[in-house]
Amino acid sequence: MSTIVDTHDHGHGHEHHDHHGPYSGLMRWVTTTNHKDIGTLYLWFAGFMFFVGGLAALGIRLELFHPGLQYLNPDFYNQLVTSHGLIMIFGAIMPAFVGFANWQIPMMIGAPDMAFARLNNWSFWLLPFAATLLIAAYFMPGGAPGTGWTLYSPLSVQQGMGMDFTIFAVHILGMSSILGSINIITTILNLRAPGMTMMKLPMFCWTWLITAYLLVAAMPVLAGAVTMTLTDRHFGTTFFNAAGGGDPVLYQHIFWFFGHPEVYIIALPAFGVISQVIPAFSRKPLFGYASMVYATSAIAILSFIVWAHHMYTVGMPVTGQLFFMYATTLIAVPTGVKVFNWVATMWKGSLTFETPMLWACGFLFMFTLGGFTGLVLALVPIDIQLHDTYYVVAHFHYVMVAGAMFAAFAGIYFWLPKWIGRMYNETLGQWHFWLTLIFFNMIFFVQHFLGMAGMPRRIPDYPLIFQTWNEISSIGALGFALTQLLFLYNLFTTISRGEKAPQMPWEGADSLDWTHLPTPAPYHTFETQPVVK
Amino acid sequence: MLKKAFVAVSGLAALAASGGAHALAWYFQSPGSKLAQDIDHLHQYVMWLIIVIFVGVFGFMFYACWAHRKSKGHPAEQFHENTTVEILWTVIPAIILVIIAWPVTKVVIAQKDTSSPDLTIKVTGYQWKWGYDYIKGEGEGISFVSMLATPREQITGDAPKGENYLLEVDHPLVVPVNKKVRVITTAADVIHSWWVPAFGAKQDAIPGFLRDLWFRPEVTGTFRSQCVELCGKEHGFMPIVVQVVSQDDYTKWVAQQKKGGGEDAAKQWQPQELIARGQKTYEGTCAACHGMKGEGNAAIKAPALAGSKTVTGAKEGHIDTVLNGRPGTAMAPFGQQMSDTDIAAVISYERSSWGNKSGIVQPAEVKARRK
Repeated sequence: MSTIVDTHDHGHGHEHHDHHGPYSGLMRWVTTTNHKDIGTLYLWFAGFMFFVGGLAALGIRLELFHPGLQYLNPDFYNQLVTSHGLIMIFGAIMPAFVGFANWQIPMMIGAPDMAFARLNNWSFWLLPFAATLLIAAYFMPGGAPGTGWTLYSPLSVQQGMGMDFTIFAVHILGMSSILGSINIITTILNLRAPGMTMMKLPMFCWTWLITAYLLVAAMPVLAGAVTMTLTDRHFGTTFFNAAGGGDPVLYQHIFWFFGHPEVYIIALPAFGVISQVIPAFSRKPLFGYASMVYATSAIAILSFIVWAHHMYTVGMPVTGQLFFMYATTLIAVPTGVKVFNWVATMWKGSLTFETPMLWACGFLFMFTLGGFTGLVLALVPIDIQLHDTYYVVAHFHYVMVAGAMFAAFAGIYFWLPKWIGRMYNETLGQWHFWLTLIFFNMIFFVQHFLGMAGMPRRIPDYPLIFQTWNEISSIGALGFALTQLLFLYNLFTTISRGEKAPQMPWEGADSLDWTHLPTPAPYHTFETQPVVK
Repeated sequence: MLKKAFVAVSGLAALAASGGAHALAWYFQSPGSKLAQDIDHLHQYVMWLIIVIFVGVFGFMFYACWAHRKSKGHPAEQFHENTTVEILWTVIPAIILVIIAWPVTKVVIAQKDTSSPDLTIKVTGYQWKWGYDYIKGEGEGISFVSMLATPREQITGDAPKGENYLLEVDHPLVVPVNKKVRVITTAADVIHSWWVPAFGAKQDAIPGFLRDLWFRPEVTGTFRSQCVELCGKEHGFMPIVVQVVSQDDYTKWVAQQKKGGGEDAAKQWQPQELIARGQKTYEGTCAACHGMKGEGNAAIKAPALAGSKTVTGAKEGHIDTVLNGRPGTAMAPFGQQMSDTDIAAVISYERSSWGNKSGIVQPAEVKARRK
């Protein structure tokens, strides 16, 4: 307890003789080098983009509500499909978890801030420019690219100037991610409090450390792929054009060499959040900590040798198909270990189900379902039937939404009291969870059926046999969107007039941010590092 | 077992939906070949395993959620590792994977074996239709283009939608039953993907490359599907229809194609006939970019044809554009895909519509401009 008092004193002392404190107003946010401010910026940005990407999704679901072309022309529909993917992945999910990393990593490892504070500021401020380019593409002749987020060549070569905007946006987003990752790696490796060995790191920091390495390795590959597209478009190269000796499938190989690690770039930080929340509400330490670390590393390494399972239908040789199939199914082993460990953590605990724990349990259940459909899709002959159908759409939304987004909500409800010192409304939080869960399954569970029955992805209109499922899915989408407004309401009322949070709102939380810092965390924390025993 | 359960449920669903317009489709199309049957069985086998594991694992979770709650006064135990358990739940899933991999591998190998076919057909993906060339076996030399036959009015909602809405084409692919068909795929512009679910056959069609797949249909009938790789604006509107017929019917069909296939390019057409035929071709092939009223589409740089210099200018320039395309633009060459008569018809339609009055073109004039 003495440590807490100690830190209090530091905080107060700091305020008194602070001669280089933050600017006020807008300039505070533009010039900030404080990890908490930057974390906040990331989270607001991600939240905003989540709603922008959600609007695109609503457009898609509106057009698909009934067969026939009613509201959107097919060109614009394809543009929405592309933007929805790019915005949700690069604009919403990834920045959200970088936001968590900024807020939590220094506080969890007992560091005063991130290692490179100015770099941190730049990593964030690249994002709004990238987002502007992504959206500005709509106002170019020809509109935004209508290629899907994968930007496959040669379709990407046919697109208008919006494609170039998107390519530059991807460059900038990649730069931001790489800079952020370098910062996270350096912070975790160098700024840990004395006594905090690697095997005492909170699991969230471990998953982010591994994710950061994935980002550093994978993002340049994406940058290469889109740069080759750019030169194919404008400078007469033929990387992806058979007429000049290139190969369109080469693009896919390069893209998915980035694309599959990207899946774990999104999933691993989510695993990290869940690994903090489940022990806290089970009042019991994380089961199999060491095996969790090994499993996460194994997933990360495997993620680099499975990329072509996204490409079973391009016509690979049979040995290629078999290799990628075996390697892909192997990922089920470490992923299984993680799921078993989470369940074992809950086993014989003393469980309570406040909102963060509800999201974590929802994550566990739904994400595993998405993992299982992933196993189905890993098997070549079955994938041949399901590739590029709605089954795939259902599968990756179970991973991205019920996986990453559920974990992000678990994290927000879990850490909000620590960040702002106010408690959210528990009833509204629980409504938010249950309604999201129901509407999510309404949207996506039925899409498994659509895919098996043969509905291709990325089509604006469909045969009549698919009508009923699409209607259910679209109604679910509307409900899902409205439910997120409930979250916004809860968030804003919490910030403006939420009840004051107790020092320790969650009995079982045991990382340094909860045990060694006051609630809310002051602007500067751990100027003197704590000693971990 | 699972199949029975599936059939029972889908039967119920069909019953429930029979009052409405359409039964609920929720599972694979019923297999039309052994390969598709094998895939179906694999899927059921894997689904059973998954269901058992899922129920097992989450049985534990829900039991814990129910029995180990704080509100029930359950104290938190503090154990946090158990090497035996951890090794077990690493090894057992690995063994299960091997059990899955064995039968799957056999099907993968069978699926890739395109050797010794009875009939070889080249499938070419175009934005946005399919070209079929019978290149080896009975029917060798037959060649046609297959495109969406659903009228535009049904898509825009100006006419009620037919039973096979978006799943009907003008010229279906025709193959004989119980013959091994090898399909070679390629594409002219962007990547498309050719799929017939009932045969478990799907292969991307990649511009500049040849890839192949095979199927051996075991029942006669009509099998329907769609392009499954995003290929631009009309991606959702290029269906695949395969008609499997008996050997006798196939022989008859081949004879008929050989006879009627080559239209007489020397025939002199009446303007109205030509224009009427051209309108159909235009709406199926050209309108996607140039618009139903020849208004063009600035967004994709497709020029308006109403009042266009090419269309109102000399016939030769117009014919050359349609035959050879415009390199460097999205205007594709249609010389290989369309007959002289079709090209003459569509040019005549364009030259006589939307205020254009530049006369008609006869098939012989098109023939003269080839090469």
